[in-house]
Amino acid sequence: MRRVGVVMMEAGTPQLVKLEDLHVPGQLSGRKHILSILVENKPGVLARVAGLFSRRGFNIDTLAVGPTDDPSVSRITLTLDGAVHPIDQVTKQLHKLVNVLKIRDMEPEETVAREMALFKVSSAVENRAEIIQFAEIFRAKIVDVARRTMTIEVTGSADKIEAFERMVRPHGLVEMVRTGEIAIGRGHE
Amino acid sequence: MRAADALMESLKAEGVTDVFGIPGGANLPIYDAVVDADFRHVQVRHEQGAGHAAEGYARASGKVGVAFATSGPGATNLITAIADAMLDSTPTVFITGQVRTELIGTDGFQEADILGATLPFVKHSFQATDPRQIPEYVHEAFHVASTGRPGPVLLDIPQDLSRADIDYEPRTEPVELPGYKPSLEGNIKQIRIAAKAMANARRPIFYTGGGVINGNAAEELRELAASDRFPVTSTLMGLGGYPASGEHWLGMLGMHGTYTANHAMDKADLIVAIGARFDDRITGKLSEFAPHAKVIHIDVDPAEISKNVGAHIPIVGDVKQVLPKLTREYRALQTDSSRLDEWWATLRGWLREHPLYYEPASDGEIKPQAMIEALHRVAPDAIITSDVGQHQMWAAQYFGFEQPRHWINSGGLGTMGFGLPAAVGAKVACPDQTVVCVAGDGSLIMNVQELATCVSEQIPVKVFLMNNGYMGMVRQWQELFWDRRYSSVVMGSSPDWVKLAEAFGATGLRVDRAEDLEGTMRQALETEGPVLLDVRVTAEENCFPMIPPGEAARDLVEAPGLKGSVGG
Repeated sequence: MRRVGVVMMEAGTPQLVKLEDLHVPGQLSGRKHILSILVENKPGVLARVAGLFSRRGFNIDTLAVGPTDDPSVSRITLTLDGAVHPIDQVTKQLHKLVNVLKIRDMEPEETVAREMALFKVSSAVENRAEIIQFAEIFRAKIVDVARRTMTIEVTGSADKIEAFERMVRPHGLVEMVRTGEIAIGRGHE
Repeated sequence: MRAADALMESLKAEGVTDVFGIPGGANLPIYDAVVDADFRHVQVRHEQGAGHAAEGYARASGKVGVAFATSGPGATNLITAIADAMLDSTPTVFITGQVRTELIGTDGFQEADILGATLPFVKHSFQATDPRQIPEYVHEAFHVASTGRPGPVLLDIPQDLSRADIDYEPRTEPVELPGYKPSLEGNIKQIRIAAKAMANARRPIFYTGGGVINGNAAEELRELAASDRFPVTSTLMGLGGYPASGEHWLGMLGMHGTYTANHAMDKADLIVAIGARFDDRITGKLSEFAPHAKVIHIDVDPAEISKNVGAHIPIVGDVKQVLPKLTREYRALQTDSSRLDEWWATLRGWLREHPLYYEPASDGEIKPQAMIEALHRVAPDAIITSDVGQHQMWAAQYFGFEQPRHWINSGGLGTMGFGLPAAVGAKVACPDQTVVCVAGDGSLIMNVQELATCVSEQIPVKVFLMNNGYMGMVRQWQELFWDRRYSSVVMGSSPDWVKLAEAFGATGLRVDRAEDLEGTMRQALETEGPVLLDVRVTAEENCFPMIPPGEAARDLVEAPGLKGSVGG
């Protein structure tokens, strides 16, 4: 947990603390946060987490839930807007849930984040080639082709997926499915 | 052993001596085990009563309060009490029966998803899926309910599981929950910084709350306050944490708090918040709250820190552990307390010129405030419970609580009908103490069925009904803020409370003249068994001081007629 409050001096020195030197640090970070939450793999845990968010008025942008290497533990990865929500307050409320084991507020520079999306795009004969080209540029995979549509799988950062969406939308986006971001800390030397 | 019997054994192992509840279909196996259980079971008349009795029990004794209810409506009747226990951090364990496992999810008879329904206001909850979990969950429930910031824990047990046979062995090792580790000690560096800030403050104030009571830290608070001349105020929930006769006491703060306490917060340069949570009833308009103050916030729940009001020096820990360390660090600084002379001169001036005030009655009428003052004269050491409304605020203002765990009311949720069942619980917890429920006529009727519990279970609580014929606080708001358009607040003359008490088998008394008040109160206290005393008070009296809703604390309005009053 981030320490709020200010330490102005060595603790233990006889000097007193001037009240005018005390400040409350800003609560809003102004950026997107990815919280990686390890929870006990028990019934109802997702409902507790989701319920807490709705009750406290915290808006989740994306949410992904899955198993971890330990079968008794699941991971909830969610993204939130730190310009709107005090992340410190969010994590402290989450920590109060008995089934929540660990929360990491992923540092952007030290994190690899990925999301997968499936796009079903209308593909008439005349634009098929162009869509295939987009897919290649984005290192996306065409996973299904029908007479009038093509389905493309894209993996990457949320920005990349949004960029791909902008490219194919003019051709007629029939449906889009996104998983929400998952993230892992980068390995250290 | 049958799992229901193992449930009783594990409750006994947790030190349970009293339980409140009502049987029904889904908890028949549990109630069969109650017959042979080694503790007292108080059969209440409504599950809400069981819940509030468990709360009153916990608040009077400091032990975990326990209530049983059956599935469906039994369980949903508990919900108000569970929410109440959550908002007032009351250590409680609620054990509900559930329909048989194979019926769950089928909308079976008396099925309600009580786990889902209570998720927003439990500290934690369990639903057993295997009978062997039952004793284990009991221990985990008690651990979670009673440690860190206390609160309600629900344990839901399907009927088939409680009648199953299991191998039961008493638990010997302490409970370990991987995701639950309250921090109790308080960071010593932060405590030192806090002491040094306190030493530099010229207008400090201690703002204390229910955490002092829950944390059993009244003595530690007195020591800290005595380490210098620190003024002390308290929330509604913290009354009794610092004695009202103590020399640093400024009175309660908040919506119906004293002029001095509210203005002291407004002018303070340093607020030391101790087990309090900056509720809206304390701060008034948040953006104008305590504009000059830096904040030291001591709380066992880290999520309370900087939730409503930013903390400059946060200290997460149990007040009972943190306060002595803070006292030691503060004393070591050997500060010159003359820096507080000017502050105290201001405070003393306010205390002198802005006391609590009400217009005395001229014609033998009983003023509600005078009723509380009389109660203090006849039963100064009583445990007082209350319902919610004007009578609650007057009791808080005028009783003058000297000791912790002697004031039991519904602060956070504001539950009308809390007082009588809470008094039942308090009296069961403390049979040797006088327990008086200060009730309102709007509130008392909401759980009046518990008079039957008092009679049949021989629980001699004294109900002192402040009867003004109105739902008084709502009437006051309608008068002051809704152009006196009274809407559904008249209670009328029904019921006849004396006859009602008698119908239940209790003693009913009535008093309507000021000169008879104390005598009748004494008679009520001396009469054996449960007594309901109907005190007819001034009908349209308003409770002052008052911070109008949404306004700043400094805009509090004082009682009309107070000489030199500057409120408004």
